[in-house]
Amino acid sequence: MWAVLAALTSQFGTGDSIIGQILSIVYIIFFIVFLFYGQKIQMYNMIREVEGQLHKLKFLRDEGRKAAIATINEIGKPTSDPTPRIDRYLEYFTIPPQSMDPSGIVDKLDHILDVRDARLKDEVKLMAPATDEAQTFNLENTLEAAMALNFIFKIVRHFYIQGKKTMSFYAIMQVQMILPLVMKEAEAYSSALKAFAEGQPIGDGAGPLVAGKLMHGHEIRKLHKDCVVATVPFEGRIAFVIKAEGPGGNVGKPGDAVETVIEENKKKITAVIMIDAGLKLEGEKVGEVAEGIGAAIGGPGVDQFKIEEAIAKYQIPIYAVIVKEDLGDAVSVMRKEISDSMDNVIERLKSVVLERTKEGDKIIIVGVGNSIGVGQ
Amino acid sequence: MRATKPPGVNKIPQFLFSIVLIVMALAIVAMGLALNAFLVGEQTIAIYLAIIGVIALALSVYVMMQSRSKAAVAKAEAPKTMTTIECRKCSIKNLREFQRGDYVYKDLEKCEKCDDKMLITAIYKEIKTKEKTYNI
Repeated sequence: MWAVLAALTSQFGTGDSIIGQILSIVYIIFFIVFLFYGQKIQMYNMIREVEGQLHKLKFLRDEGRKAAIATINEIGKPTSDPTPRIDRYLEYFTIPPQSMDPSGIVDKLDHILDVRDARLKDEVKLMAPATDEAQTFNLENTLEAAMALNFIFKIVRHFYIQGKKTMSFYAIMQVQMILPLVMKEAEAYSSALKAFAEGQPIGDGAGPLVAGKLMHGHEIRKLHKDCVVATVPFEGRIAFVIKAEGPGGNVGKPGDAVETVIEENKKKITAVIMIDAGLKLEGEKVGEVAEGIGAAIGGPGVDQFKIEEAIAKYQIPIYAVIVKEDLGDAVSVMRKEISDSMDNVIERLKSVVLERTKEGDKIIIVGVGNSIGVGQ
Repeated sequence: MRATKPPGVNKIPQFLFSIVLIVMALAIVAMGLALNAFLVGEQTIAIYLAIIGVIALALSVYVMMQSRSKAAVAKAEAPKTMTTIECRKCSIKNLREFQRGDYVYKDLEKCEKCDDKMLITAIYKEIKTKEKTYNI
């Protein structure tokens, strides 16, 4: 045995001295250990990395919960301790409709989302009876951000524990690979909490901000659901400007609102222009304005579907103007770059209207997004 | 307002730290051996050992520094949210810190110069730190 080791170590050229031999043996041991246990070592390293981030997620989750409780106590003046009700709220889930037979699924999803929305608003009212409508919307948004943080933490914890239990390299690798993106999302929701609690405009409010600027000072009427519309003269055209009702945190249902205005003005609408915040790619600048075709609206897809149905029925062209920002910017307090880009958006809007419609035409301009902190 | 640090984020993982320490110790041993080999006249071996020692030492220091900078959650001060108030008639523009109840397009008290109402025209945060660019 020693003879073999001596022969091996002599290959390293330092076999004469005892230290050289020890060093060579250590090198060989290292080589063997890494050869057979390399993957295990790598897995332990990944588990530790996930564990570190999981601590951070737990911290963000707890801070979110504390912020929600503090805001409800401060604004809502509850008669009893709202903590148990908030904890219950954080665990709420929504089951999407069955999609084996997809026919009619949009209406089913729309109904489920309506029920969810009504239920959550009722819960907020029970927790914070002293709030007005705008504050109720803001508190609902705050709780939803806390709910998202709770959900992210629990999902990552699930994969972490599952990976540790099964010692499966691939189970752990999956979560470790997507962890940077998950952390980015969690940090975005964490920064959104402050904005929602204080009722400050967020990056996603770029669309309502432009719409609010256009409709300010004009007569406003309410539309279904939680949306408002104003008839505004715009570059010699008649523009129906739609946005979610502010300043409470609310995205409304622009799909229903656009459908209603199109039906009210049968065959007279010549264009629909949508303004929204769009996710930027890495390397693009925050607040950059871009133009395109199609219904610029996110969310579960119900509103996009309704708008597309309505415009297809009357063959109305649809254009989109977006303000670029990343997920963190979209849910945290509006950045100066986004606020400053409003004039660029209006200029782009003017050029689309002048190039694509004729004088006297009726058009629809929709400011899509969360109206928190943005009036009209 | 300084953000509180989540527990455990400022620590280098123990596992990584112990591996770095072992590599560092081996690097020092390799350099010692290089000196020994040089003194006994085996210059080629001395050079090889010295190169191995220097590279291993540099790598371990680099890994240690990298993980430290990753672990440190040094959050800068949160930027203040500002409210811009304008008088559309006489173009007076004021900037103040956001107050609860402010919202964009909210009518405020009358302007000091004219009778028109002041209006909140923007609420935003200004991030002053420059984002890293990649020159592409």
